Amino acid sequence: MARALINAPAKAKRGDIIEIKTLISHNMETGFRPDNTGKAVPRDIITDFICKYNGQEIFRAELFPAIAANPFLTFYTVATESGTLSFEWTGDNGFTATESVDITVE
Amino acid sequence: MKPAAAVVFATAVLGATAIAAEIPLADRKSGYEYMGRETRAMQDDDTANPGMLWVLDGEALWNRKEGAAAKSCADCHGDARASMKGVAARYPAFSTERGRPVNLEQRINICRAEQQQSTPLPFESKELLALAAYVGRQSRGMPIEIADDERTKPFLQAGRELFTQRQGQLNLSCAQCHDDNWGQKLAGAVIPQGHPTGYPLYRLEWQALGSLQRRLRNCLFGMRAVSYPSGAPEYVDLELYLMWRARGMPIETPAVRP
Repeated sequence: MARALINAPAKAKRGDIIEIKTLISHNMETGFRPDNTGKAVPRDIITDFICKYNGQEIFRAELFPAIAANPFLTFYTVATESGTLSFEWTGDNGFTATESVDITVE
Repeated sequence: MKPAAAVVFATAVLGATAIAAEIPLADRKSGYEYMGRETRAMQDDDTANPGMLWVLDGEALWNRKEGAAAKSCADCHGDARASMKGVAARYPAFSTERGRPVNLEQRINICRAEQQQSTPLPFESKELLALAAYVGRQSRGMPIEIADDERTKPFLQAGRELFTQRQGQLNLSCAQCHDDNWGQKLAGAVIPQGHPTGYPLYRLEWQALGSLQRRLRNCLFGMRAVSYPSGAPEYVDLELYLMWRARGMPIETPAVRP
């Protein structure tokens, strides 16, 4: 059950710079922490994040063990046309999560 | 009797209840006020506040049928946005079933046992925190109102005594930091007044949501004192006293703290 929260404007003027904020629930287990028996807890992190605007990639991030739990990523883009912003997170142990929001550009 | 002797006498009569410097109501500050700009922004924006991830989980749990009775919270309480408004601001509250005050997590587990005929959720489990956060969220901005009546008085008093009692290898009481020295520095961090206005809250250090009891355990550990098991009556008394001490302050659940 991966929860994600997206904050992007529902409406924008053509040419506006818009801020997109994304937050996803994930433990981001580093792989370096020992458990009660002294054995390292296996790494379990999100490794990649991609944001597409009407199918075209506009932002990509690689994530590493030093990134805190529940990664919060914020970035900017130019509002060019109405459509969909889609978000995709992938990670260890076959983790995937997707989310999308619509935007109207006037 | 000389005035000095009178003071000594009065202190002796009041005994353990005489607190060196209880914070005047108008001078009270939420931990929020000691936070940096970025951490405040995190708490203020529901899409940046990681505590909201638990609130969303809590909403799903609220509507999920549970236990032998196959009832959800919503089957009895309906829409939490209406029925749970202000509830968290009144907890810990006296439970007639238990004959003593119970905190919100315990109240949820009483409902689970008696209404849903299900097993109690373990303290600090993701599910219990999620439900508590969801219920707590409905009271955001509402003033804390703890019943100070004949039934709760002895427990409030017990909580106050725990708060002012020196304990642990460092021989410290809660009051020495949070009543007498708030606003000063302990190592690099500011000592807050210790008002539990935003629990369960997201602590950046924990990278997760946690309960007030978890926070109290942290403090006891720092004092090199023996902590109580989760759900212990001592914790609930202390929670009751702390909430009473923060009476009138607005609920911030789910808050963010460093």
